[in-house]
Amino acid sequence: MSDDLLVVEGLKKHFPVTRGIVFQRQVAAVKAVDGVSFTVKRGETLGVVGESGCGKSTMARCIMRLIEPTAGRVEFEGREITGLSRHDLRPLRREMMMVLQDPYASLNPRKRVGSIVGEALEVHRLGTAAEIKKRVQELLDIVGLNPEHYNRFPHEFSGGQRQRIGVARALAVNPKLIVCDEPVSALDVSVQAQILNLLKDLQQEFGLTYIFIAHDLNVVRHISDRVMVMYLGHAVELAGKETLYHHPLHPYTGALLSAVPVPNPEAARSRQQILLEGDVPSPINPPSGCWFHTRCPRHHPGVCDVLEPQLAARAVGGHEVACHYPLERWPMSAAELAGSLRPDAA
Amino acid sequence: MALLDVKDLRTTFRTDDGLVKAVEGVSFSVEPGQTLGIVGESGSGKSVTCLTIMGLNDRRSAVTTGEAFFKGDDLLTMPSSKLRSIRGNEIAMIFQDPMTSLNPVHTIGWQLVEAVHLHQDVSRSQARASALDVLKAVGIPRADQRIDDYPHQFSGGMRQRVMIAMALINNPDLLLADEPTNALDVKPQAQILKLMGTLQKEFGSAIVLITHDLGVVAEIADDVVVMYGAQVVERATVNELFARPSMPYTWGLLGSLPRIDHDVERLAQIPGSPPSLLNPPTGCRFHPRCKYAMSICQSVMPELLAAGGSATHLSRCHLDQATRDAEIKKLESGHFAEVT
Amino acid sequence: MTRYVIRRILWALVLFVVVTFVSYVIFFLIPADPVKLFAGRQATAEDLARAAHYYGLDQPFYVQYWKFLSRLVANGIIGKHAMGFSYANRQWISHVIKDRAPVTASLVFGGAVFWMLISVPIGILSALRPRSLADRGATIFVFIGISAHPVFLALIFLYIFGYKLQLFPIGSYADFFNPPEGQPGGPIQWAWHMFLPWCTFAILFAALYVRMIRASVIETMSEDYVRTARAKGAPEWIVMRSHILRNALLPIVTMLGMDIALGMGGAVFTESVYSLPGLGQAVVQSLETFDLPVTMGVVVFATTAVLIVNLIVDILYAFIDPRIKLA
Ligand SMILES: Nc1ncnc2c1ncn2[C@@H]1O[C@H](COP(=O)(O)OP(=O)(O)OP(=O)(O)O)[C@@H](O)[C@H]1O
Ligand SMILES: Nc1ncnc2c1ncn2[C@@H]1O[C@H](COP(=O)(O)OP(=O)(O)OP(=O)(O)O)[C@@H](O)[C@H]1O
Ligand SMILES: [Mg+2]
Ligand SMILES: [Mg+2]
Repeated sequence: MSDDLLVVEGLKKHFPVTRGIVFQRQVAAVKAVDGVSFTVKRGETLGVVGESGCGKSTMARCIMRLIEPTAGRVEFEGREITGLSRHDLRPLRREMMMVLQDPYASLNPRKRVGSIVGEALEVHRLGTAAEIKKRVQELLDIVGLNPEHYNRFPHEFSGGQRQRIGVARALAVNPKLIVCDEPVSALDVSVQAQILNLLKDLQQEFGLTYIFIAHDLNVVRHISDRVMVMYLGHAVELAGKETLYHHPLHPYTGALLSAVPVPNPEAARSRQQILLEGDVPSPINPPSGCWFHTRCPRHHPGVCDVLEPQLAARAVGGHEVACHYPLERWPMSAAELAGSLRPDAA
Repeated sequence: MALLDVKDLRTTFRTDDGLVKAVEGVSFSVEPGQTLGIVGESGSGKSVTCLTIMGLNDRRSAVTTGEAFFKGDDLLTMPSSKLRSIRGNEIAMIFQDPMTSLNPVHTIGWQLVEAVHLHQDVSRSQARASALDVLKAVGIPRADQRIDDYPHQFSGGMRQRVMIAMALINNPDLLLADEPTNALDVKPQAQILKLMGTLQKEFGSAIVLITHDLGVVAEIADDVVVMYGAQVVERATVNELFARPSMPYTWGLLGSLPRIDHDVERLAQIPGSPPSLLNPPTGCRFHPRCKYAMSICQSVMPELLAAGGSATHLSRCHLDQATRDAEIKKLESGHFAEVT
Repeated sequence: MTRYVIRRILWALVLFVVVTFVSYVIFFLIPADPVKLFAGRQATAEDLARAAHYYGLDQPFYVQYWKFLSRLVANGIIGKHAMGFSYANRQWISHVIKDRAPVTASLVFGGAVFWMLISVPIGILSALRPRSLADRGATIFVFIGISAHPVFLALIFLYIFGYKLQLFPIGSYADFFNPPEGQPGGPIQWAWHMFLPWCTFAILFAALYVRMIRASVIETMSEDYVRTARAKGAPEWIVMRSHILRNALLPIVTMLGMDIALGMGGAVFTESVYSLPGLGQAVVQSLETFDLPVTMGVVVFATTAVLIVNLIVDILYAFIDPRIKLA
């Protein structure tokens, strides 16, 4: 068996923008995901970070085949799953599960915890009613809930407990891959810690593989083995977490890192922040050339606004970056960033 | 004289289940130009504290006692006309939930202009110009086109910026900011924090910043108040708090934060769940979740007392100094995970 | 916005076709033999065939319906030839409707204004001070309004204000415009004659609306944006006027369209008791005499009116609630 659990190649998702009252015609497309490639190895956690609206959730939903990608391939355990029919997809639904951001909205308020967690077991007919019940109670125990909670309703639980229910639901069918879309963003720090610990414990115990989406770089660093940085529907940098956090190559990664709050007053006050000019461009009309060039402190006219950079290995250890003028070192002050352009390099 | 001096603030809500003591004896003060951070668990009374200072609790169910002096006058007892002239003008508040805090039937511009007109005698076009300026300052792209949009046309993050714009528009002397950046991700958050810093520099304003994010507190606060179960459990300057946190809840809070500058295998976890404010635990509010709990903790509520020999550092804990010092040592070496 | 309006209009047209179709089916196809009704009791077989041919009843059903619909549309529903004529007195149905619609319109729309005038202030007052004396008074009013039947109320009003106190006329109507020779008319006479019917007609809805407005205002008062307005330093009356009322009355506006439609049904009672020569009365009479074309004419007209009123209300709603425009 190969090491790679999931291979994504050139994944694209364009949402049509339509006009018209009776007959709708497409006038443009929101390029939510626009050519993302990466692999996820068995048992690892791939963190995905990026500003709001850069296409993280859309990418996750494409991988799960909850929406149809516009183009690209997704291979799961060596088997291409894009293009599989609904029927052929069914057994795969057990192998990949999703945990969603909002623990309040993602649980059906009219169902009891037992049937929420056991739903997938019932759908896939994995056992008799008694067996399912036993398994669900086991799962509740695994995620640190009391098996007596079986008959309660979601509203009787706190945010952290609800997110545990979401995790238990995802675990029910022994999936190989769990895609977590901002699973802790809505939670209090102390509850967040519980869920992060839980996810790590489960990974060790069951050899799970995670794709972990978040916008908090502290959280992503804590949980991930490798991290992918997204900007405007593209992957701009992909590296092991230590490499990425200590030696970022992409200026956007650098800017993100420089803005992370550090709970240490002296360090926080003394560090250099790189504030980006302007706003994220619209995914309907992305800039030409490099997607980031409109806000990049190192933007070089004639190159960055013309040539689209490719995500390619630029340094040792599979560190991939899509940039014409990657950072030479880190940290760098804003002035250095702008001053250290090397027009000859490309 | 402190700009805001809160003394023994208590707020109780009458509910169908009984009395909810949401704030119990909170005291702190803020000097002009300073930033006070309030951190603490969800439901610990942070928002209610600020709402009480602003006099915005539901008059039918809330009972308030204590004092909150603003420039020497007690906000809690002053006539309502005077309070109205202060609200939105000298004291402004940014509310926690940006999705519901803007009126859906008025444009963003209308709501900002209203805020100007309530306190300044300026023409419509002047008010609109300052609305536009402040929208630009909080980073709304194409502000001149978006000013006539309605709130539902804005994303959560943008609405939060509008709320911030509305609070800043009259250059308040005191800004009460209730989790002003929780709907924003890292980049805009940095931008907003910088903007608040500018307000402070230019007008010498003071800020009370409520947040879950100790990183943000470390970055911009001068003093920190830690709340737990409707009470202040620790109060210190920001350096003292991060260098010598002196009670178990704060330890747990610091340890539960994943951080970029530290490597830990497991995060600290505070076991159990937050206390009920309807039937709070006897003795120390934190004792059911505290691994150091002694028998005295179950029966006697600790006072908020000076900790570690500094006059500015207060904490509410029965532990002796030696135990605390030992813990702080451990914390320094990065063993957060073993705290609780 | 235009998109929304156009969509609403298309919808109204679809509904119009459905409604006319259903009415047509009910009134023309279900009665055992409409031809007999037309031709009279002593008709020979030849007469029947002639009548059937004359009325187009020998043609397939869809052709009949199509003809009916096109006549309706071509004559603008209330045009002279839109709906044929009555069996009973050979009057053009359009005349019947033209004569009687203003009376019903006076009752229903006047009544709607009446019930809003009553319910808005009472609703707001009782929301402002829940459990106060005023609020309790309002609750009693609501209770009476909901439980009293309009016929019963009308009789009481007629007895007390019409018969005993002689303050209002009993059982007559005065035209707003161009009254017939020698009869009272003009706005004042009209309002005076309509006052008791309005009270009767409005009281049920006024009661329902007091309750709705009270609940809506109370709910809106605890919205976060109301707190925001106070935090800006807005005085209470501004908070009420610009932040609470507009939001609280929004759902009421949609209800209004529906309730005016409902009210048209209820108007039958009021018209009967006060002997107002309105559409309701016409329906009652036509049902008694098996005068199906009149019944159907009134039904088609009334449903069309309801469709139009609802359309207007929906479009109005889009203007006051900005969130609709995108939908
Ligand atoms: N169903 C849809 N139709 C049209 N556009 C969409 C749709 N879903 C998402 N988008 C657009 O695609 C882009 C990417 O959205 P996505 O939800 O994937 O972002 P995200 O990175 O998950 O952001 P966040 O951090 O806010 O969750 C956004 O511009 C969004 O507006
Ligand atoms: N109007 C009210 N009626 C009754 N109880 C209330 C009311 N408002 C707040 N409370 C209670 O007071 C307590 C403190 O609430 P508060 O909103 O101040 O918490 P918080 O510290 O701001 O939490 P978070 O971080 O989640 O915003 C909570 O237990 C809450 O349930
Ligand atoms: Mg998302
Ligand atoms: Mg709060």
